[in-house]
Order: sequence, then C-alpha cells, then structure tokens
Amino acid sequence: MSGVKEVYKMPESAFQGRATWKELPIGGVIPEPATSLRYKTGNWRALRPVLNEKKCIRCLMCWVYCPEPAIERLEGDRIRINYDYCKGCGICSSICPVKAITMVEEGA
Amino acid sequence: MSGNKVLGLSGNEAVAYAIKQANVDVIAAYPITPQTIIVERLSEYVNNGELNAAFIPVESEHSAISTCVGASLTGARVFTATSSQGLALMHEILHIAASLRAPIVMAIANRALSAPINIHCDHSDIMNARDTGWIIMFAENVQEAYDLVLQAFKIAESHEVLLPVAVNLDGFILSHSLEGVNVLDDDEVSKFLPKRQPIYPVDFEKPVTYGPLALPDYFFEIKRQQAEAMEGAKPVIERVGIEYGKLSNREYKPIKAFGMEDAEVAVVALGSSVGTLRAVARRFRKKGRKIGVLGLTLFRPFPREELIKYLEGVKVLIILDRAISYGSSGGPLYLEIAGVLYRSGLRPIVLNVIYGLGGRDLRPSDVEAIYEEGFKCAERGRAERELLWVGVRE
Repeated sequence: MSGVKEVYKMPESAFQGRATWKELPIGGVIPEPATSLRYKTGNWRALRPVLNEKKCIRCLMCWVYCPEPAIERLEGDRIRINYDYCKGCGICSSICPVKAITMVEEGA
Repeated sequence: MSGNKVLGLSGNEAVAYAIKQANVDVIAAYPITPQTIIVERLSEYVNNGELNAAFIPVESEHSAISTCVGASLTGARVFTATSSQGLALMHEILHIAASLRAPIVMAIANRALSAPINIHCDHSDIMNARDTGWIIMFAENVQEAYDLVLQAFKIAESHEVLLPVAVNLDGFILSHSLEGVNVLDDDEVSKFLPKRQPIYPVDFEKPVTYGPLALPDYFFEIKRQQAEAMEGAKPVIERVGIEYGKLSNREYKPIKAFGMEDAEVAVVALGSSVGTLRAVARRFRKKGRKIGVLGLTLFRPFPREELIKYLEGVKVLIILDRAISYGSSGGPLYLEIAGVLYRSGLRPIVLNVIYGLGGRDLRPSDVEAIYEEGFKCAERGRAERELLWVGVRE
C-alpha cells in the first residue's frame, strides 16, 4: 500500500461481506456514523423463526424480548420478522405464550 | 547542515532531549529502572516550561500505553518509555496500538525480564514483544538513541506507515553512559518533524469509530492490511534515514556493515554489542583476517533483502542473541535469520551465540574467542557445536 487514503465513506462492498483488505479503511476504522443498519446480520442464522399469524394473539412479547430487535411492530400490534437482521436466536419462539413462532432450519 | 552543538548526555537524557525537541503533545509513562531518568527529565521539561506537553502520570505501564493509544488516535504526537516488566505489563495494549494503527514512539531501556529479578541489560523484554506489530529499532550508542528517536516520529506518523515504533537502547550500558552527543538545533528538528497531520483528526462533523468488533468476515482482511503496512514501512524507514543524514551528516540504514566486502566470517548482532564486535574486528582485520560485522538498526520490519546482499560469499555466519527462545533451536535473532537464509538458498555455516543475559558483560576476549571459533569452522567446513553459550560458567 502506498499511502493511506483519507476515506470518509465505507465502501459499499464492505456491507456485502466482499471488501478486500485493500478497500478497507485502515485499522478497522469505520469512517462514517450509523453504519450498523447497513451491516446485515441475517446470514448468521441457522434457524429461522416462522410466524403463524392465525395463532398470534398480538401480545407483543416477542417484540419486547427480541434482543436485535428484528421484530417490527405493525398496525394493530401485528408483527413482522425482519430477516435482514434476525440472527435466529429463538428467544421469540420460546417466549411466545401460544407457540405462534416455530424455528425452522435454514435451507430446509 | 546543523551547528556543531555537542552535549554530554546519558542515553536516557539524550532520549529526553530528543523528545523535547520533537515537541510531543502527550507523554504518559511510569517509572522503571533503567528507563526512569527519561521520564524524570521529561517531567522537568514540562514543569519548567521548556516543553509544552500534557504529562500524564499513570498508575501502571498498562495505563501508560493505553493513554498513549487514546491520545495518538486523537491526532497527538505521543511518547512513552519503559523497560522489562513494564513492557511485559503493556503487552496486550502493544498489539492494540499497532492494530489500530496508532503512531506512538516508545523508548525501551532494555532490561532482563524476571525471574530472578534483575535490573541489567538483555533483550528478553523486547524479544517478548517482537510480534506485537511494532516497528523495532536498536541503538548502538547514545548518539544513535538520540537520532533514532527523532526518526521514529517521522516514520510512525507517515501516512504510508501509521504504526508505533520502539527504539531500544541497552539498559545501563547506554541508558546510563555519558557520551558526547551531536544534537540538532531546535528549529532544524521542527522542520524535520512538523506538526503531526492525523488521518482522522477528532472532528464532530465527521465522526469515526475506532476499534470496532471485526468477526470472521473482516478480521483476516484487517490483519492482512496490517502485515502489508509493516512491509510498506521499509521504504519509508530508508527514506527517513537518508533525509536525516542530509540534516545531521549521520545517514541511517537498516544495517550497518563493517568489513563485509570480503568477509569469510561474519557476525551479526543488535544494540551496544555491535561496537565491541567492530572494535575487535578491527584488530583482526589488521592481522589480515577476514571478519565482517553486521549491526542491525532495524529488527521489525526485518531487513531481509539487505541482509542477504551482504551474505553471499560468507562461509560462517555468527548470530548473537541477548535473549533465549526457550525450547526452540536458537535465540530469536538466530531463528529470524535462519528463516531468511533458507528462503535465499544461501547455506553458510551458522553459529548461534547466546550471551549477556541479565547484564553479563560481553568482553573483547569473549568476542575474540567467538571469532576464533568462527574461523575454525570456516577451515573445517563444519560446526562442532551450533549453539554457543558465551560468558556463562559451565
């Protein structure tokens, strides 16, 4: 590397997990704020939570407990699981009082 | 060209004087023998107004280096100094300083690591830190300690490098020895070392994150980049050595060579011993015996190509280590050079000498015996023993 460039923008490839060492800012610096939204963690998931809307009683326990938070609260307290960020921890499934969320193996 | 100002300074005082001239912004250090005088002098300079720096007293070396990392990342020019156990206590943060690409200059008055507790010179402290990602340089005398500290800032802060630099001076042998030191004028140093230009200065309009988590998807790329930064430092170190030479009439190269034009037996070492090796080599040369001496100023990045250039035609290479790598096939410098030789295809007879631990002197008579052993090996075409313990009672 001949000279480190002053970069104030993360290369787009970095958010898709394909940036090479030459493209990254030095020393692991993240040179702009609020990048975590662009860093999709959904591909860490081994188990995928699947919602059965018919069973859901709209108690929002999953929304409260999701550590990510990857459960989105919609109108009328319905929920949607955001698979871009859900890491598949399964807390929503185990906290659900009516077993409306089941964990299914990814790719199955 | 500089004026001919010569000051009588010990190694520690010379380092402190250079730091004052380098106009550092932040000093965080903890006293430890034999480095203490560096920090003492600096606290005096700050106290009496000769140096306008933040002098941060800390409760340990771990805190000292941590403070330096933070200060460096804000864009400050930063210095610390330590020895032995102090360097060991810094160890985890040494890795972080280099990995975060934080330019810091540290002087290390080399001292043996405990146990047994000892305050005298060997290189076990810095060799323990050789894979932390720091640029590592060794001074042969007090003049070099002064000169290298000034060059270290220029190297560390270069945007082509951005790595911390450790300048080693042998504890007591250099740290406490008085020498006539040629010093530069303050304004010459200011021109050589203008105010640091950080790559990401603290700017609330342009916030950046330092030290985030990097998981298996990015950690490897960041480490690959860091390894490349170390290689990229080589041409900068060479350039700075030449530039410093123009300023001071003392040019620096990664390797100092003596008598290598036709050497049959060559010896390689780090630190103050190089002077003793050269003095004895002069006597041998007067008797027509073809001995050469290689003193390494630079240890990390290791000057592989430069070393190999000197070694063609050498029948016996003697590698002096002032540290042990327990359970391996030799000392740290031996291991380094053995790897370089293997790759180069050169196959001289190699002797490894372990010497000088805990401040045991390397006497000219010891050096004579080492050279004689080298010439014997050259005649016989083989080594009877590859590892020699010199100066220890067997």
